[in-house]
Amino acid sequence: MRGLWKLTWLEIKIFVREPLGFIGSVLVPLLVFIGMGRLFSAGGKPTPPELSTAVGVEIPVLGALLISMSAVLSLITIIAIYREGGILKRLRATPLRPVTILTAHVLVKLLLTAFTLALMGLAGRRYYPATLHVPAISFALALLAATVSLLAIGFVVASLVPTARFAQPAGGLLLYPLIGVSGLFVPFQKLPGVLQAIGAVSPLTYAVSLLRGILLGDSWMAHAGDLAALAAISAACAAISSRVFRWE
Amino acid sequence: MSQVVRVAGIQKRYGTLIAVDDVSFDVQEGEIFGLIGPNGAGKTTTMEAVEGLRPIDRGSITVLGLDPARDVYALQDRIGVQLQAAQLQKRITVWETLDLWASLYKHPVDASKLLEQLGLGEKRDAWFMTLSGGQKQRLFIALALINDPELVFLDELTTGLDPQARRAIWELVRGIRARGKTVFLTTHLMEEAERLCDRVAILDHGRIIDVDTPGALVGRYCPERAVVLVTGDEAADAAFLAAPGIDEVSRRGSELTIRGHGDELVTTVIRLVSDHHIVVRDLRTERPTLEDVFLKVTGHSIRD
Repeated sequence: MRGLWKLTWLEIKIFVREPLGFIGSVLVPLLVFIGMGRLFSAGGKPTPPELSTAVGVEIPVLGALLISMSAVLSLITIIAIYREGGILKRLRATPLRPVTILTAHVLVKLLLTAFTLALMGLAGRRYYPATLHVPAISFALALLAATVSLLAIGFVVASLVPTARFAQPAGGLLLYPLIGVSGLFVPFQKLPGVLQAIGAVSPLTYAVSLLRGILLGDSWMAHAGDLAALAAISAACAAISSRVFRWE
Repeated sequence: MSQVVRVAGIQKRYGTLIAVDDVSFDVQEGEIFGLIGPNGAGKTTTMEAVEGLRPIDRGSITVLGLDPARDVYALQDRIGVQLQAAQLQKRITVWETLDLWASLYKHPVDASKLLEQLGLGEKRDAWFMTLSGGQKQRLFIALALINDPELVFLDELTTGLDPQARRAIWELVRGIRARGKTVFLTTHLMEEAERLCDRVAILDHGRIIDVDTPGALVGRYCPERAVVLVTGDEAADAAFLAAPGIDEVSRRGSELTIRGHGDELVTTVIRLVSDHHIVVRDLRTERPTLEDVFLKVTGHSIRD
């Protein structure tokens, strides 16, 4: 893994130098989150009970997943641009191992997710009802586990999209509908059978279950099944993309 | 001189298309060797197979005693590579790129010195996207030289550059050879091959047509020469035509063009000028180029 830290640090700097990418994946999710908080706690009135799980659980889970997904979409796009521009090929014609190049990108996206989540945590304290208690460290770890599995799917998409132009929409078309079958807003059992089947292989389903559980104070052991499912999906996608990934 | 690259009977297929077919050649230590041919001839495929970036379907390749397909990581420490139409991250700086590359190799050269040598010292902190075409190519040459390689690959190095930038790059390539390194390049520019290469291999439709020095190839395929005299004296025109080795004499105004073949042509013309006391205001010789050789051996122009 020679060169991994240097390459990771470089990619972070390069990412921050691109104003649009930075605004899109850090500021926009943050502003949406703050906006929602203001909406629900407007005028300092006590939150009605039917909204309290929305404010306390569903919105933070959705917000966290959106951060993670925007990081994944950004990864898909960057990989596609790097491939189209011959950057991947140029990097590969050095002693850098392919796995080092890809790991550096995964690390950048995980750090980005963690950074945005931290900002969101700070914003939550400021703009959300003070009564909420969020187990911040556990929640962050759970989100990183979810992000790893989403990134693994992202690599499969990045392997298959023909050009950089299609990368972002293709990724979005695949990932965003998965929120609908994840059990976040509609309970999983109420979905039609075919959607339940899709949900069963989607990492978002397990990510939602894990994140919601952690927010409600469950122990990690209670969600060992979710973690195992996320790990299995990550491994399966990594295996697929190692076969179909194209460098040029 | 020892062989640095040995390519024997390689073939590469893409589906049903045979991109490279039974190609063999070798590159000697310390020379500039050029693989020349039109776009799509198989130059890049061949070069990337030698670099270890592309697997082949048949044949064998040895580079610095190694098999590039099997020992690509051992090889990469000893070769420098510039890829055709490569890009870097838009917002990476020149220095960051060189610093990253330097960290990847066992024995990097002094990166600051290298930047100065390639005339990029002032562009140290510039983003890649802000560099001109010539500056980008100079950066890619720097990256190819950062590990002090024994063998440097340059793929279509000057394509898309203006003539001035092109000449500057040629000077740099000669400098690489002067430091005792071997250069293996591809180009579809015959002028570039003629001015830069010690030996060239002509590649067309995936096959090697011939390998030799540019001069020898011109002598072999296009031996005809021409001498152009600027003279108002028409009396001796017939005398030229009668001399041995002269095939054709034509006049346009004061310009007399004498076409013939063989190394004796110029001597013959000078002797006749002297014998007949012809007053010559100017004299020049015209010889065919690699471009003419290419047309002759392939039956089509390199730009087709």
